[in-house]
Amino acid sequence: MLYNQPLSDASLVACPHCDLLQRLPNLAPRESARCPRCDEELCRRHEHSLDRPLALTITAAFLYLVANTVPMLSLTAVGREASTTVFGGAEHLWNAGLESVALLVFFTAVLAPAFQIGFLLAILISAYRACPPKWVGTLLRYYPAATTWSMIEVMILGVLVALIKIADYAKVIPGLALFALGAMIFLLAAVQAGFDQREVWGKVEWAELGEAAVKQTTEARR
Amino acid sequence: MSATFPTAMQQGLQSCDACSLLSRPAHGEDGGHCPRCDKQLYFRKPESVQRSWAFLIAAAVCYIPANILPVLTTTTAKGSGSDTILEGVVLLWSPTGWPLSLIVLIASVMIPIGKIAALAYLLVAGQRGSAENNAQRVRLYRTVKFIGRWSMVDVFVATFTAALVQLQPLMTVEPAPGLVFFAAVVVLTMLAAESFDPRLIWDSASSKGAQHA
Repeated sequence: MLYNQPLSDASLVACPHCDLLQRLPNLAPRESARCPRCDEELCRRHEHSLDRPLALTITAAFLYLVANTVPMLSLTAVGREASTTVFGGAEHLWNAGLESVALLVFFTAVLAPAFQIGFLLAILISAYRACPPKWVGTLLRYYPAATTWSMIEVMILGVLVALIKIADYAKVIPGLALFALGAMIFLLAAVQAGFDQREVWGKVEWAELGEAAVKQTTEARR
Repeated sequence: MSATFPTAMQQGLQSCDACSLLSRPAHGEDGGHCPRCDKQLYFRKPESVQRSWAFLIAAAVCYIPANILPVLTTTTAKGSGSDTILEGVVLLWSPTGWPLSLIVLIASVMIPIGKIAALAYLLVAGQRGSAENNAQRVRLYRTVKFIGRWSMVDVFVATFTAALVQLQPLMTVEPAPGLVFFAAVVVLTMLAAESFDPRLIWDSASSKGAQHA
């Protein structure tokens, strides 16, 4: 495998949105750096950058388990009852013959959030070590994709619209899972806002352990 | 303006889009793997323009059946009827329910077509080598990426309406084929936005030279 040669100066970066070369300043916690050309946020430092996201993620993981085991919505109309869970929604689509949409709903509402929370837990816990192993880097690489396809907040809006639609002709009872999911949205948004990926990248073990890599990681750990 | 903004590509450097490490490819090579996170590196996303166009055209094609075919079929004792997305919007419209109706209208009808138009504009402007309104164009790209997921709302509305309203024999709601096309539009426009490389917006401004796209 052919590896690129890293630069000796780790503060030099290129903006992901316009490729402008620039030097990141030394930031104090709660400060951020933006690209002068396209205004993209390049880096933001946080206080308690591991403790706080980890606490929130553990809570989110607990809520995730609740959200996926108990009913999300129930309905009563003329003495009849029906209820559904998050998974039940996808399952019903599958049985109705819309397998592709069923898989999409399952992926965006159940699987991707699980990956998002699971990755976060593994990354944050191992980031407490001085030199997190290589697989933490692998998880960090795929974490943004899990976040892109995890659509709990969109699902909640969809459920609320469905709830009001149905409320015209039946009594709808929001289940515990709906509240758990609602709380999860805020927790995950707070994690996103407080989690400094750059800090973890600075510590993680490199794929190729060249001289420059060892130098940069020891510098970052100081 | 062009001389004052050196880009990584002009300096022969590649920035990793996963871990943002800047590195230099071996002599005479297009790009190796990122030494920190092992990701294959490129100066620009490979075939970014072609891939974005492919996803975009597929999305535009699916947009038509997504709006013509019904997404839900309701069966009651009186008979059965089907609703398209727009009919769903109209059904929701009432003195108290109009804000929700508006949300569905914006998320399901306007955002998808707006995304397709915005990405097509970004691609055409990039291919014509336009160096104007760069800041606005990159802001448009960020908006498209941020807002895209919200079109999924109607998929979830249909999913959970159908899963819940199972009151045989009084009333049942089942998903209809239009939903497949609608979900395809959402996924395809998201993939088109992911394939687009915003750095292409700035390339004509920063260099008239090497294009590694």
